[in-house]
Amino acid sequence: MYRVEVGLKSHLPDARGRGLVRDIHDLGITTVSNVQVVDIYWLDADLTPDKLALVGRSLLADPVTQEYQLFTSPPDIKGTSTGDIRGGLEGRSPSNKVAKPFHTIEVTYNAGVTDPVEGTVIKALQDLGVEGVRAVKTARRYLIEGQLDEPQLEAICSKLLVNPIIQHVVTPEEVWFPENPQYSFRLKRVALLELDDAGLGEVRQQFGFTDDELQAIRAYFRGQGQNPTDAELETLAQTWSEHCVHKTFKGKISLGGATINNLLKSTIMKVTEELGKPWCLSVFEDNAGVIDFDGHCALCFKVETHNHPSAVEPYGGASTGIGGVVRDPLGTGLGSKPILNTDVFCFGPPDYPYEKLPKGVLHPRRIFKGVRAGVADYANRLGIPTLNGAVLFDERYMANPLVFCGTLGLLPKELSRRGKQQAGDLVVLVGGRTGRDGIHGVTFASEQLTEESAQASYSSVQIGNPIVEKKLIDVLLQARDRGLYCRITDCGGGGLSSAVGEMAAETGVRVDLDRVPLKYTGLAYTEIWVSESQERMVLATPPDCVDELLSLFASEDVEAAVIGEFTSDQRLQLRYHGNLVCDLDMEFLHQGRPQVEREAVWKPPRHKEPDFAPPQDLGTALHKILGSWNVCSKEWVIRQYDHEVQGASVLKPLVGRNNDGPGDAAIIRPVLDSDRGVIVANGINSKYGEIDPYWMAASAIDEALRQIIAVGGSLQRVALLDNFSWGDVQQPEILGALVRAAQACYDMATVYETPFISGKDSLYNEFEYKGKIISIPHTLLISAISVMEDVNRAVSMDFKVVSDLIYIVGTTQNELGGSEYFRISGFTGNNVPKVDPYQGKKLMDRLSLATERRLVRACHDCSEGGIGVALAEMAFAGGLGATISLPNVPLGEPIDRDDFILFSESNTRFLVEVAPEHKDEFEGIMGGISLANIGRVTDSEILEVYGLDNRRLIAAPLGELKESWQRPIRW
Amino acid sequence: MSQVRAVIMRAPGTNCDAETVFAFQQAGAVVDSAHINQLIRHEKRLSDYQIMVIPGGFTYGDDIAAGKVLANELRLKLGEDILRFIEDGGLILGICNGFQVLVKAGILPGSSPASQPLITLSSNDSGKFECRWVHLGVNSQSPCIFTRGINRLYLPVAHGEGKVVADPETLSDLNVVLYYTDEHGSSNAGYPDNPNGSVGNIAGICDASGRVFALMPHPERYIRHTQHPQWTRLKKEEYGDGFQIFQNAVKWAQGL
Repeated sequence: MYRVEVGLKSHLPDARGRGLVRDIHDLGITTVSNVQVVDIYWLDADLTPDKLALVGRSLLADPVTQEYQLFTSPPDIKGTSTGDIRGGLEGRSPSNKVAKPFHTIEVTYNAGVTDPVEGTVIKALQDLGVEGVRAVKTARRYLIEGQLDEPQLEAICSKLLVNPIIQHVVTPEEVWFPENPQYSFRLKRVALLELDDAGLGEVRQQFGFTDDELQAIRAYFRGQGQNPTDAELETLAQTWSEHCVHKTFKGKISLGGATINNLLKSTIMKVTEELGKPWCLSVFEDNAGVIDFDGHCALCFKVETHNHPSAVEPYGGASTGIGGVVRDPLGTGLGSKPILNTDVFCFGPPDYPYEKLPKGVLHPRRIFKGVRAGVADYANRLGIPTLNGAVLFDERYMANPLVFCGTLGLLPKELSRRGKQQAGDLVVLVGGRTGRDGIHGVTFASEQLTEESAQASYSSVQIGNPIVEKKLIDVLLQARDRGLYCRITDCGGGGLSSAVGEMAAETGVRVDLDRVPLKYTGLAYTEIWVSESQERMVLATPPDCVDELLSLFASEDVEAAVIGEFTSDQRLQLRYHGNLVCDLDMEFLHQGRPQVEREAVWKPPRHKEPDFAPPQDLGTALHKILGSWNVCSKEWVIRQYDHEVQGASVLKPLVGRNNDGPGDAAIIRPVLDSDRGVIVANGINSKYGEIDPYWMAASAIDEALRQIIAVGGSLQRVALLDNFSWGDVQQPEILGALVRAAQACYDMATVYETPFISGKDSLYNEFEYKGKIISIPHTLLISAISVMEDVNRAVSMDFKVVSDLIYIVGTTQNELGGSEYFRISGFTGNNVPKVDPYQGKKLMDRLSLATERRLVRACHDCSEGGIGVALAEMAFAGGLGATISLPNVPLGEPIDRDDFILFSESNTRFLVEVAPEHKDEFEGIMGGISLANIGRVTDSEILEVYGLDNRRLIAAPLGELKESWQRPIRW
Repeated sequence: MSQVRAVIMRAPGTNCDAETVFAFQQAGAVVDSAHINQLIRHEKRLSDYQIMVIPGGFTYGDDIAAGKVLANELRLKLGEDILRFIEDGGLILGICNGFQVLVKAGILPGSSPASQPLITLSSNDSGKFECRWVHLGVNSQSPCIFTRGINRLYLPVAHGEGKVVADPETLSDLNVVLYYTDEHGSSNAGYPDNPNGSVGNIAGICDASGRVFALMPHPERYIRHTQHPQWTRLKKEEYGDGFQIFQNAVKWAQGL
């Protein structure tokens, strides 16, 4: 065993270390002056000294910036020392500055966690001609300079350096290369038919079945005349989990005397069916929804959540979240190329006091940073631009953050329908190897989090390996174009059990689990079957294509293995070295689940109505809203995503004079030599849901559509996705809220004529702390794509020309319930913004006509913070001042308060910049729509707002407004 | 005029190949995309092309260090082919990860044996991967074929390890082609105009022949008007700044 330590030469700044110093200071520990990071590689190998030196010199250390040291046996690596690092890189230790106390902490991954770097090092060693390396482990050592006591050191470890889910601090007793356990086969049966009530209760608990489900399962196996194997029960548990089958949405719900049989079919899916848009090519049947793009290509869109894994291990949870959703379009139709990502996160407030944090909960700032890094590192490596997203904050997301990741794909139109296999076609597993990762991720996702979740869930979380997925995408698309398979699906939640089980629902399948390529030995057959190891896809391949398929995969070093065969006997049969370990009737597996029945109630809550007097100084309020967590600039997040890769972006997330204004929706040109584009937008606002989830859902749809219109799109071809993240739907009130939101989806989409094409729900998002349940706010994310005829017509939100006219389009109501303005004053209120979709559609159609005629120079929708925030953003994004008068704003009801007009969050409103010479034409096209010219663009670099009595309410320099907006997340 | 053939090399983690193919096609080249395994196995041969490109991406995940693993692979398995390709007058372009690879393989700056690279690219001073647009000045003394006739460029960068590090003697011998400037073209650029902390604001270098060129910014991401981040504020231009680099390469190769 050898150890190679690599560190920066002492005269060079350590960027990683400096970042850590900032993080440590954020913890309130100010005595740390410097941190240095040393990368450590452990090699399980027999090498000559020459070869070992070659490894250090030519691979692991950069000769210009780094130095390395080699050790042939484990040095003494005591946790904390003062003044020297025994066995470490003396040359670069802080001790050359003498006598300052410092501490060393070495961190490595837990056994069973797959570190992508290890595989790369082994490959690179082979390239170097270094043979005989059996295994590699990596570790990282932190040299922390400064006076620290034990609790402080412990805080740095537990809050920043180590997540016990995947990592631990190295001790002198560390066993670096433990023997892998061997597995010896023994068929396990569960004595379901003989169990007493207590025993049944245990089974129910262990597999997450309901009482009805367990009864149905017992009846089935009684009919079979024998007890189930563990693999059979696991298959049923995975297939019938909330995550896989959406049993609440498909259940029977009674609400106020009425019964809803299948909420999904009677709302979200119903609108699509009724609208009957011919350009909807594949809806609700595949891994993602598909619409026609240009007659040759189709667009494929899906958004998913990865909430619970991100709560306990933000980096790994979020990276596997994005990795998983990318495989949805890849596994839709016969496979599409991922071309864009959208990510929406909900966290607790980043400034939440550490001392108030519930036990077992990571701090919101750490979750935010970890999630951001996990998503960006994965998506950037895949080369998929992240062009759209949002970040929301609320204390109730603290223990249960929401991580929505979405991917847009492009595929040939004729390949957009789900494929079909025949008996005799082979089951081919491609991509990553299978390990113990993510076992029981699906049941974990469908459960409530508790203080112990972090301990219980360690096998549910893994770190993704984006390069394995990238290689897989590259070679899969070639195989698709050569027609080497007839059906594809992704291996996601539930692993092979879900992927293969669903694929073979109509045919039957026989899988030999011993043929699945494994990361390491020791996996039992059931573990192989339900493992959720990432970066895997399943193909159905005709026998005469399989040789070509396997050799194509081999040519790019991507694993592919035939693991079974589709049959025609409607049975799911699994074998392990010839032993039958699972034999289930497909019909029972897919149709045998008893429908759940649930009670729902809906009682409108009543919040305290604000009673504060209108403030004299609205400028202060505007600054405060601009600086609130929800409204403030997210540039820190956006810049760390690659939003330019693939060269297709037309409207980027940051726009304006200095590339830092908040764009409304993103536009890409997916086919580089065509002018046709896709607009991607989203709508989400959980605060409205506290008043009425119906209007929350309506507002989210309106917001997503507004963004499309604002950038120059139209409602002609818009497809929606729904993502419901809800609490415990076994609580009637929470389920009632879900029903109301789904009903709004139906009502709004029907009038706006925007079909839903796919969706997803994540239920049971709550946290139990000291016996109290903290449920997340009802959260609905609406994601929208729209096909744009000509991207050259795109409009950005930044003011462009001095003396241009500023219009407000749409009616302002007294609707501040759930607004940012009320929130900064400590109220929720009750007048939630409503949507009139009939008026809304008319307005949006007219406005998009005006844009098409190039009468709109800039356009921004009014959302959080209303007219006030929209105006400020347009001004500082364009670097131009503006002056507006509130008396001109068209009102839907009398409002006698300037602050309410300025900050009302009424839906379907836009601020529009129009050149004076286009005034008449613009107003003509907009005829019949409520609008008004409320001011103009100025060269003053000041934002001026005049109130109802024509008094100047705000005169704020743009620089100061922008600073308020940018300051909060300038990390 | 003879047809120019360009090969865009692909390795695990390469992710800017498609748009680089498109850029060279727009510039009039016949473009092939080749997996590194195909070149190593001689299923495709470098000698069939006049231009070879190592595009952007995260080859092998940038594990160990950005571009390092592919650099070793190139050096050890394709080294002679590449050397001959350069001797035969071919053009090599490395973009972003391609820059990191060419430097770490010892192909650039070109005067050193591969085992003793004199410069490297390391982590940005900010400690962050950042995607932003940068202003670039072109060194008019540079022999670089790719930047002939160009004075200034505005292009996006997207990297976490783009900081050029070299000792002072190496630095003075370096053929600097591009350097980060501020909005007005002044070479006194600090962060974020210089997005990574590169010594001397260096953004791109070439070898003595001017035929091997590498840069951190992405010219393939700005070959048309609507890729400019502020195009909605600007007069329409036929081509983006980056396009000239591809045109120059194809034009030169036509003369080969």
